[in-house]
Amino acid sequence: MILHELLSYELLRVIWWGLLGVLLIGFALTDGFDMGVGALIPFVGKTDVERRVAINTVGPVWEGNQVWFILGGGAIFAAWPPLYAVSFSGFYLAMFVILAAFIVRPVAFKYRSKRDSATWRSAWDWALFASGSIPALLFGVAVGNVIQGVPFHFTDDLHTIYEGAWYMKFIGLLDPFSILAGVVSLSMLVMHGGAWLTLKAEGNVQARARVIGAFAALIAVAAYILAGVWMAFGIEGYRIVGDYVTGGPSNPLHFEVEKTATWLTAYSDRPWIVLAPVMGVLGGLLTFAGLRAGREVSTLLYSKMAIFGVISSVGLTMFPFIMPSSSDPKSSLTVWNSSSSHLTLFVMLVCALIFMPLILAYTAWVYKVLWGKVTEADVTDNSHSVY
Amino acid sequence: MEFGIVELSRLQFAMTAMYHFLFVPLTLGLSILVAIMETVYVMTNRPIWRQMTKFWGTLFGINFVLGVATGITMEFQFGMNWSYYSHYVGDIFGAPLAIEGLMAFFLEATFVGLFFFGWEKLSKQAHLVVTWLVAIGSNFSALWILIANGWMQNPVGAEFNPQTMRMEMTDFFEVLFNEVAQAKFVHTVSAGYVTAAVFVIGVSAWYLLQNRYTELARRSITAAAAFGLASAFSVVLLGDESGYSATHSQKMKLAAIEAMWETHDAPAPFNLIGFPDQEARETHYAIEIPWAMGLIGTRSLTTEIPGINDLVALAETRIASGLIAYDALMHIREAREAADPAISATFEEHSADLGFAFLLKKYVDDPRTATPEQIKMAADDTVPTVWPLFWAFRVMVGLGFGFIATMAYFFWRSSFRGMNYPRPALWLAVVMIPAPWIAAEMGWFVAEFGRQPWTVDGILPTAMSVSALSMTEVTLTLAGFITFYSVLFIIEMGLMLKYIRKGPFQDVGETEAWVQRHNDRLAGRRNADAIAMPAE
Repeated sequence: MILHELLSYELLRVIWWGLLGVLLIGFALTDGFDMGVGALIPFVGKTDVERRVAINTVGPVWEGNQVWFILGGGAIFAAWPPLYAVSFSGFYLAMFVILAAFIVRPVAFKYRSKRDSATWRSAWDWALFASGSIPALLFGVAVGNVIQGVPFHFTDDLHTIYEGAWYMKFIGLLDPFSILAGVVSLSMLVMHGGAWLTLKAEGNVQARARVIGAFAALIAVAAYILAGVWMAFGIEGYRIVGDYVTGGPSNPLHFEVEKTATWLTAYSDRPWIVLAPVMGVLGGLLTFAGLRAGREVSTLLYSKMAIFGVISSVGLTMFPFIMPSSSDPKSSLTVWNSSSSHLTLFVMLVCALIFMPLILAYTAWVYKVLWGKVTEADVTDNSHSVY
Repeated sequence: MEFGIVELSRLQFAMTAMYHFLFVPLTLGLSILVAIMETVYVMTNRPIWRQMTKFWGTLFGINFVLGVATGITMEFQFGMNWSYYSHYVGDIFGAPLAIEGLMAFFLEATFVGLFFFGWEKLSKQAHLVVTWLVAIGSNFSALWILIANGWMQNPVGAEFNPQTMRMEMTDFFEVLFNEVAQAKFVHTVSAGYVTAAVFVIGVSAWYLLQNRYTELARRSITAAAAFGLASAFSVVLLGDESGYSATHSQKMKLAAIEAMWETHDAPAPFNLIGFPDQEARETHYAIEIPWAMGLIGTRSLTTEIPGINDLVALAETRIASGLIAYDALMHIREAREAADPAISATFEEHSADLGFAFLLKKYVDDPRTATPEQIKMAADDTVPTVWPLFWAFRVMVGLGFGFIATMAYFFWRSSFRGMNYPRPALWLAVVMIPAPWIAAEMGWFVAEFGRQPWTVDGILPTAMSVSALSMTEVTLTLAGFITFYSVLFIIEMGLMLKYIRKGPFQDVGETEAWVQRHNDRLAGRRNADAIAMPAE
């Protein structure tokens, strides 16, 4: 096959770096409100029926939303195998906690209302709360760690070795900056869940979601700005030194990398990327205003804009780095040295171009069919068939 | 055998994969059976078929959710516990997993919500399309997973790249149309269909024994028996096809399943039963069927199937060749692009055997320093433990023929004996419910345990594939998974039994009333005057 050489290796890598971003953002936009609603359940629903309303706003769509997570894993495996190998074995116990949450959550949705017992239901409500809020926090913590660099190195035959004792792979992740990043992601997804409930619910549930969502929006914006300032003064960045090829073989050991004072020099090299953090902050503030004013559709769109801005700002600031190594910078994973082969990237791009538009089309259709508010009457009248 | 990180990681993978596969077969089969039932409903407009669709659909949902939940573990476990494997073959193995998400899993997961929640919002025909999309999505999922797994059994369309120290894809279509993968796909989904058929017949038989929901039960048996009979034939025939393709791709696995120590003059006999003795390399008290193995394995009377002893000798020569490749690779790695073309040529010539040199890594850090004894030991390592394979395979095949007989019987009774079933037959159907799960797990065991000591046959040894984790970490997650999965299993079985005991929600009269209301409501929507839906 020579067809794949129509697109240069370098270009394919940049495209797949972009698609990685699309998947992460797609995950945060869709599954993000599921996690947000989960985190909000104990606070927006005081009665069983109110909680069921909140659960049923995401009831028919969580399965599809969760696929963004699975597809994210699969796409990283296919397009960035070293990243897949390093990150999931490196964040081993944290990944286990996230997996546990993603296993419990579907079961909680599905099984919660299948028995009448109050103890049964309240146990599953707490399961939904934990499985929504804990991953929301941990995803941010992971990003905070990646920004600072992760302590790993490659051996000559590219085995990944992690520095430090096993428990440091979990406890060690929780440094102050990473916790701040966790606060950004948790509050951002709670805001998103609040915006979703504002659109899909009414009455008490909606009113409480608006108040908490607006509060979360303010925290998200403040924490995000604080993290930016911190990155300007207290967090080291990385850069590739010497000559390097952008279309060469994917071997992370072929590059020389050193630490720099800050990541934020990216903003003088590529000034246009300032759009991303601006969208993040502006989106957060507009969501706050929208929730206060009780606007429904536009608020959800602003919330999406905030998430888009925040996540893309991280990627754009670090480009071309994907996962720097703090203990052995030359093992760092970058766009130029940790992708799949030229052919695989091309094949996967063709598949993505065929299926992504289809996925977006039928997902949009499903949301359209389900358009409209979930009311208390919907839940009580169809008690057998809804969650 | 010492119990280290490799064994612990294998145990964890085996446990989570086999647990996942408790739910997958029923999802594969029941999704299609439910779609067939709904099709009958839409075509005939008879409410009983709608009731059947909703009832089996509820059980499908309880099972489906655990299949989804435990599948998540699978998608990430390669990176967590098998990071060298992920690096080494991710370029090929990752692609089908990602395509599975894009093409199949998105489809089934997006529409499964509408399957449950869309009855009120969609026309009959639109809902039927949704149901079929769920079924098609589930089955396509299996296709891509088995293309990935098929590549581990028969790694085609890829070669080693010394610059990146990993396998890279050279031909996507070879990976896609891997004969092992195709045979495995049909074999596995057929096994799923048989599972669903046995499940539906078993539950229905239990209703008939109790004289409850007899209308639903009789029709369910009719549909399931026809579906199950075709699938039971398919599962056995394609199992045979898998055996045939293993004759050229995985000779060692085939010989081990057969406990065939020595190469036999063609056509080889089939050991019906016997007691394999790994130490002595012979099978005691074997009952042989002359010619059968040669006919099944090679479909000829003249082609020889190599025995284990000859394959071990072959492995020894491949290790020698692999060592030449390994030595050349070390030079190329040092020199990078400046490598001597003569050394590169040597590497190319021997690179297919590189994996055999890696077998020595279990004994020495640098395979080039291995002693002849260590080489001998590594060659012996290419033989998987024979007796569990031998017996698991025979249990699976025995059950497979049992399914054909059972399905044929129920098909005959439903078609030609007025859907009347004697009580002993009904009891047998209830008792048989666990059998397809046993057969399916045995099948996985044979496929994966039989591939040892490799993760990717002939390419990458299992011992090299693991992540650099501590025993504590893997023990913790293993304990976590066991606890967690046990609780989920108990909850799932509890709900399944509750909903089976409870039976369908409505009786037929109520369903008819529902259809009337539903039609009125759809008409009413156009008149902008929605009619309120009473509770179901």
